[in-house]
Amino acid sequence: MSVTYLEAIRAAQARALAEDPRVFIYGQDVGAFGGAFKATKNLIAEFPGRVLDAPISEDAMMGLAVGAAIEGLRPIIEMQFADFSTAGFNQIVNQAATLFWRTQVPCPIVIRLPGGGTSGSGPFHSQNMEAVYAHYPGLVVLTPATVEDAYSLLLAAVALEDPVIFCEHKLLYYHLKAEALPNEALPLGKARLAREGRDLTIVTYSAMVHEALAVAQELCLEGWEIEVVDLRSVKPLDTDTVMASVARTGRLLCVGESWPWGGVTAEVIARVVSEGFDLLDAPPQRLNAKDTPVPFHPNLWAAHRPTARSIAAAARTLLRS
Amino acid sequence: MLLARVAEEKIASLYRAGKIHGGVFLGRGQEALSVAAGLALRKSDVFAPLIRDGAGRLAFGEPLIDAVRTYLGSRLGPMRGRDGNVHRGYPREGYLPMISHLGAMISVVNGVLFARRMKGIPDVVGLASVGDGATSTGSFHEGLNQAAVERLPLVLLIANNQYAYSTPNHRQFACRDLADKAAGYGVTCHTVDGTDFMECLRVLPAVVARAREGGGPQMVVARLLRLCGHGEHDDAGYIAPEFKTSALGRDCLHVAEEQMMQEQAVNAAELEAWRIETMEKVERVIARVQREPAPDPFQEDWRAIQTAHLVEVSASANPVDSRAPGAPQP
Repeated sequence: MSVTYLEAIRAAQARALAEDPRVFIYGQDVGAFGGAFKATKNLIAEFPGRVLDAPISEDAMMGLAVGAAIEGLRPIIEMQFADFSTAGFNQIVNQAATLFWRTQVPCPIVIRLPGGGTSGSGPFHSQNMEAVYAHYPGLVVLTPATVEDAYSLLLAAVALEDPVIFCEHKLLYYHLKAEALPNEALPLGKARLAREGRDLTIVTYSAMVHEALAVAQELCLEGWEIEVVDLRSVKPLDTDTVMASVARTGRLLCVGESWPWGGVTAEVIARVVSEGFDLLDAPPQRLNAKDTPVPFHPNLWAAHRPTARSIAAAARTLLRS
Repeated sequence: MLLARVAEEKIASLYRAGKIHGGVFLGRGQEALSVAAGLALRKSDVFAPLIRDGAGRLAFGEPLIDAVRTYLGSRLGPMRGRDGNVHRGYPREGYLPMISHLGAMISVVNGVLFARRMKGIPDVVGLASVGDGATSTGSFHEGLNQAAVERLPLVLLIANNQYAYSTPNHRQFACRDLADKAAGYGVTCHTVDGTDFMECLRVLPAVVARAREGGGPQMVVARLLRLCGHGEHDDAGYIAPEFKTSALGRDCLHVAEEQMMQEQAVNAAELEAWRIETMEKVERVIARVQREPAPDPFQEDWRAIQTAHLVEVSASANPVDSRAPGAPQP
């Protein structure tokens, strides 16, 4: 018996619906169809009236969620693709994210963003949105890399009083498996040491954690011990765990699938340099996607985002510097 | 109506005297429509007013002091200096604080109505107020369509005051009448002369009742003219003179006074007494608020989320520079 990343997301939603009568799901095709990726499969039958198809109106979907959250409900909004959340951007960053600050009324909404590149998906079905949303005050931004975190972070997100951007990676949906759903989890906001090492720290999140782990395995054969930090949450960012790791290794490589300008990798490096410059034995490096829209063709797509190969090359250079 | 007019005139004079930070937005010319909307709602209903709804807010039950405190930035106001002027409300009481993006409150009203239906709370109506400019936004379209699909008891009140800031109707939409839009959403539309107080008092409660009885979303288009600038920074020199001399340009407050005198509900002497009494009330509230404390950046928690332990320490550890504008002077 094994559980995929996608099944964990479905299971977390089923549990949230079962345990909390305030929870409902609203999104395009989430009802009888079960969602574009089947993340809500059969939930409408188990929870009639609480899993609702929305018109193709991302702005109004988010506005409705804010109104329902004000009334004490706990909406889960499925954006069909993370890319389409830009059509609801105003309600997310100006309505949901400012409500608590302006009125002291909390705004508990989970916005599920199926994101990240998959080969053949092209510029409008592949984006990573975590850096954009993390920029705005008032939002929590989660980026689960494992089946266990997809489950436990989603449940933690539903329990939170604040709006959460939940970045699911589509590449992990089907092939990433665990033996079973977890019974316990690290607290929300805490990064995870995915692999211990003493020579170099790779800080990353979401699908890139698995690329980084592959690199650590590969470089292990060359005698290097690579430490991998899985951020889990990019906002808040667990600076303490990152700094502690850099203190052990003295070398930092940040990897993200998002675009290079600003973003999570830049934020991590800015914090390490300003707060822990003395810990570094070499200039910290970062690796991101190329600064173009995400390409469609697999040849281009595979070269657009960081891969185990490009991460390994960057790591070797950094280890020799 | 009178209280809103007098209070806003006083706030405008404070603005001209440089005593108000940020903008001042008057409802002059829209008070009849706005007050009728506020009166048509119950306290248990939902109201998302827009910038010219000072009268409707008072009618819905907002204490005058909330408006004054928000304009003057009192720490004791509902927004505590974090937001100002027309951006105020109590979301948990169904009184929604507008954001500046037009049309954006419609779907939030939908959400409150949706939630109350889910919770089994009956007999609720939600009224969202917008202007002619908001009808061009995507949020307007999505919000109205969503209300129609969910068959929510939404009243969408459109005050067509002929200009969105400086842009006249003919550069805003190309349909013959905004009311024609309703059919495309499967929504009933009503029209009203927004300068006619008695007509507003007749139409708005009837529309609200229809939504309450399960008639689905209702749209109301009111014809009127904005008798002031977009804000007090704006002299409104773009408003065509022929509008000002047309029936649209009559002052709804004067119309209301005449209508009430015709009905012999009030005489000129009583009206004058009301005015004096109202001015005294406004003066008292403003004098009180002017003595209230301003927000203090050193006491501000600078926290944008409810969950305290998830606040980013390094990001918020940005000490207030005592030389920064707005910091208390030594």
